[in-house]
Amino acid sequence: MTGFLVRRLLQTLVTLFMVTVITFVLCQVLPGDPALARAGSEGASKELIEAARKDLGLDQPLPVQYAKWMGAMLTGDFGLSTRSRVPVTELFAQRLPVTLEVLVFAVIYALALGIPLGVISALYANTWIDTTGTVIAVTGVAMPQYFQGMLLILVLSVWLGWLPASGYVPPSQGLWANLLGMVMPAITLGSVVAAEVMRQLRSSMLEVLGEEYVQTARAKGVSESGVILRHALRNALIPVVTIIGMRIGRLIGGIVVIEVVFSMPGIGQLLMNSVLNNDFPVVQAGVLMVAVVVTLINLVTDVSYMFIDPRIRHA
Amino acid sequence: MPEAPLLSVRNLRTWFDTDRGVVKAVDGVTFDIRAGETLGVVGESGCGKSMTALSIMRLFRSPPGRIVEGSIGFEGRELTTLSKRDMRSVRGGRIAMIFQDPMTSLNPVHRVGDQIVEAILLHQDFSRVEARERGLRMLTEVGIAAPDRRFREYPHQLSGGMRQRVMIAMALSCNPRLLIADEPTTALDATVQNQIIALMNDLKARYGTAIMFITHDLGVVAETAQRVIVMYAGKVVESSGVEPLFERPLHPYTVGLLASRPSDQAILERSKLDDIQGSVPNLLDLPQGCSFHPRCPRCMPRCSVEAPPLFAPELGRAVACWLHEDGRGREGDPA
Repeated sequence: MTGFLVRRLLQTLVTLFMVTVITFVLCQVLPGDPALARAGSEGASKELIEAARKDLGLDQPLPVQYAKWMGAMLTGDFGLSTRSRVPVTELFAQRLPVTLEVLVFAVIYALALGIPLGVISALYANTWIDTTGTVIAVTGVAMPQYFQGMLLILVLSVWLGWLPASGYVPPSQGLWANLLGMVMPAITLGSVVAAEVMRQLRSSMLEVLGEEYVQTARAKGVSESGVILRHALRNALIPVVTIIGMRIGRLIGGIVVIEVVFSMPGIGQLLMNSVLNNDFPVVQAGVLMVAVVVTLINLVTDVSYMFIDPRIRHA
Repeated sequence: MPEAPLLSVRNLRTWFDTDRGVVKAVDGVTFDIRAGETLGVVGESGCGKSMTALSIMRLFRSPPGRIVEGSIGFEGRELTTLSKRDMRSVRGGRIAMIFQDPMTSLNPVHRVGDQIVEAILLHQDFSRVEARERGLRMLTEVGIAAPDRRFREYPHQLSGGMRQRVMIAMALSCNPRLLIADEPTTALDATVQNQIIALMNDLKARYGTAIMFITHDLGVVAETAQRVIVMYAGKVVESSGVEPLFERPLHPYTVGLLASRPSDQAILERSKLDDIQGSVPNLLDLPQGCSFHPRCPRCMPRCSVEAPPLFAPELGRAVACWLHEDGRGREGDPA
């Protein structure tokens, strides 16, 4: 078990290093010149642009730039936004809570909906209940998020007026308002995961229900709910954990769309604006952060296997 | 006046509705098990022996399966009409069951001890601590060394033989009156098989638990059972005490089964084994008359027309074959 953990951690470190290199190279090949953006406008004089370039450290060779960037990052210094001259860490610190909140609610929504629906569809496999579930799930996967988001806004805000159409209220200015604002973004972001959890759980549940140990449990006199919850579900969740892990990673990509559609001042919106403004330090830090989070989620997924599946724990 | 049997199955029919027709997996099965005795149930795969067991436990999938006819009397109660709740207290409590493959019949994500404790707590008014003690004692009873350690382990940490011992410990932990063992040794190595059989015989002697021992291995039957029923295509074709069955099998199918066993002589001479011609019929498309007649070496004209009832040519024996028609008169008399 320790061997597995150590191996897994080393892999994570290698992945993270590759991510920093790719992020750095990507920013080099992006069109647009940060020096130009920094100097002001198209009409800036050559001298002004050169001064800006020097000021930003862009006149140095690439490996030097990379080493400096890495070195600074390891000490927690992600530089200043080339546009606003505000420290990148500060920008992220302001916006991270918004993104995390949406993400957490999306995952809670996905699990709270996907797991019970998956179990129910398996128990009523090939009946109208199961078919209805499948139709909803397929719709959830097939519909683009921005479209789903706009549909929700149309129905819940414009027609029914139950929820605010967009915007973000910090919890400090009203917890209830904050939660109301989270409903639609979380649903929009989480629906794909909910659908996939449901489909995957349905099929693994069906498989597990045919296993002999489920029959053993019934032969012991365990009640049907005990058979399903204690004996079948725990086993059926093992493959689902992978899906959840992979999907949460991809959710972070989807969050850019969500934050734009619902005008939420989170990381996604920050990243999009920074890309449009050639604000390289912010883009680099943002991409890196997303990559780190995804890598860590994968790590957590693998480690969580050990808690669910004793066969891996003792391997 | 003989004691009433512990289990009394009468004319049991369990049918399955499939897209291609009705599968009569169990079709008119009648037998008794007396308290403390071992009944061997023998037949090829698909003959309905497991489905008979699952019918007694009411553990077959329903739908598509349903008990169409017949009765299952157990300790004076009728199991076919018992409420779900009462049936659950019978399962594991009064009738326990163990299965063929010990590698898959224990839940991989729960500790061995917790699985035993679960069974004990379901049927006995024990505290967790008492249940744990009882579980540990059961593990010792079934010959597991270092029960304290095994109790905390997961099934994958145990060998196949040990897992089957755990299954037996779990099954007997609530003092059932009947243990249904569905091919409990088939998936095990020969040496382990013998150990498990010895263990079951020993436990039966000590606990007085009746055993319904399902197997396709006549050698196992000889070592465990007092009486045997032979099944073919969902029906009992012969029922008898063990010794008379081995000395003088009555049904041609039983004769074939006995002849296809490797004898010591045959193994020494490396001669070919006799086998029964043909294969098990499709339950969706059973032959007319006696289901066995297309494979029967002693088939007579009427066999393909009329299915034989059970005849009783000798005391305590019954056979469904026209060859023994002269035993009519005690027809339907359960052995």
